[in-house]
Amino acid sequence: MAGSVATIPALTNEEILRYSRHLIMPEVGMEGQLKLKAAKVLCIGAGGLGSPLALYLAAAGVGTLGMVDFDVVDFTNLQRQIIHSTADVGRPKLQSAAEKIGAMNPEVELRTFETRLTSQNALELFRDFDIVVDGTDNFATRYLVNDACVLTGKPNVYGSIFRFEGQVSVFATENGPCYRCVYPEPPPPGLVPSCAEGGVLGVLPGLVGVMQATEAIKLILGAGEPLIGRLLLVDALAMKFRELKLRKDPDCPVCGQHRIITKLIDYEQFCGIRGEEKPVENKLPEISVEELKRRRDAGEDLFVLDVREPHEYQICNLGGYLIPLNDLPKRVHELDSSREIVAHCKMGGRSAKAVEFLRQAGFTKVKNLTGGITAWSERVDPKVPKY
Amino acid sequence: MKILIPTPLRPYAAKSDSVELSAETVGQALSQLTSAHPDLRRHLFTDEGKLRSFVNVYLNDEDIRFLSKENTPVLDTDTISIIPSIAGGCCCCPCL
Repeated sequence: MAGSVATIPALTNEEILRYSRHLIMPEVGMEGQLKLKAAKVLCIGAGGLGSPLALYLAAAGVGTLGMVDFDVVDFTNLQRQIIHSTADVGRPKLQSAAEKIGAMNPEVELRTFETRLTSQNALELFRDFDIVVDGTDNFATRYLVNDACVLTGKPNVYGSIFRFEGQVSVFATENGPCYRCVYPEPPPPGLVPSCAEGGVLGVLPGLVGVMQATEAIKLILGAGEPLIGRLLLVDALAMKFRELKLRKDPDCPVCGQHRIITKLIDYEQFCGIRGEEKPVENKLPEISVEELKRRRDAGEDLFVLDVREPHEYQICNLGGYLIPLNDLPKRVHELDSSREIVAHCKMGGRSAKAVEFLRQAGFTKVKNLTGGITAWSERVDPKVPKY
Repeated sequence: MKILIPTPLRPYAAKSDSVELSAETVGQALSQLTSAHPDLRRHLFTDEGKLRSFVNVYLNDEDIRFLSKENTPVLDTDTISIIPSIAGGCCCCPCL
């Protein structure tokens, strides 16, 4: 599967010393290290999962490392994307990653692709590599990566995370399942977990990303038992690991016996048109942060309803009355429909749902604060922290 | 038997991470679960009552699609796991 070991020159004395701890292990040895040097691994994403993944693959001596990412380093990334540092904020992630990888192991041939992975470029990109590691953060790209791996015959080392839980597996091997065998369809946008239940334990992509690196290395070496046909689940809070069996679906449209997907599709559409949820269509009554400030300063009787979560209220608040969005249906009796109510959340999305709900419940004097407390921080009072 | 509730669905199950139930089949167990926590229903089932394709249900370590689906019999000592697809990232919803 990896490039021909015979065409890779023997390790230099320097490399022998660098990788000595691999070489003295029978599971790797000189033969294994040469396989690593001959291997070409493509990492999709230089973020939470990509950070530890790329660093460890480079440390292990993978000869050619490809990285795909179009994003720039954001301050909020630093809590978990450990390949980037404070000084890198604002820089393209691949520039930052390339510097750290080059510093750690100059022997690695690093190929960076500062572009979005799309149906137009994926197949060509994947063809030059042996293994693809999926470190992405959205469903559309996951399905794209999976399908492109099946179509090009490259194993897909999968890892995904949510808050403090992770999943790891190896998809798209010849006899094993692919991602679609397990999840034929993505959740519609209205049914994915909301930001109120979002956030992620910083260490979690570290845990999962290194497991992905481990699987990639095992595939290259042909050692141990890779997670083919196995889904590893990790709950970092309980520190419990579980394993579920995965099977290749004979009816899978992309890797089954009767393949109907033989080229890459429009994945945004695939993930977007499944929604049974209708988007909020009617123009909701809104109020800007400037107008809210003006009216509050003028002493007007406005009831500010905060529909965020208690832990968000602790970060910052506008002194509003807190009823988390999910609790609104059972706590609506706490609100006085004769008063003018301004609902807000972090950015305006959850509060829009709250306003929609209240209007359907008969409230006529309720408005949505456009842009939420984030807009308040940006335009009215910068002392209010953004998060 | 026990049903394990995955993190993304806990807000709809009164924040529990597992629920104890008595049922004879997986289908019955899920039905009891969604009766006790009606908010869970739309996350697990379509309007037509079919299990959603981005949610997998396991009896112990086997996917029920490869057993007898909702008719799979359940013992008191069994564990049912609900495993939704997750994609990581901040969130998949537009501006919240």
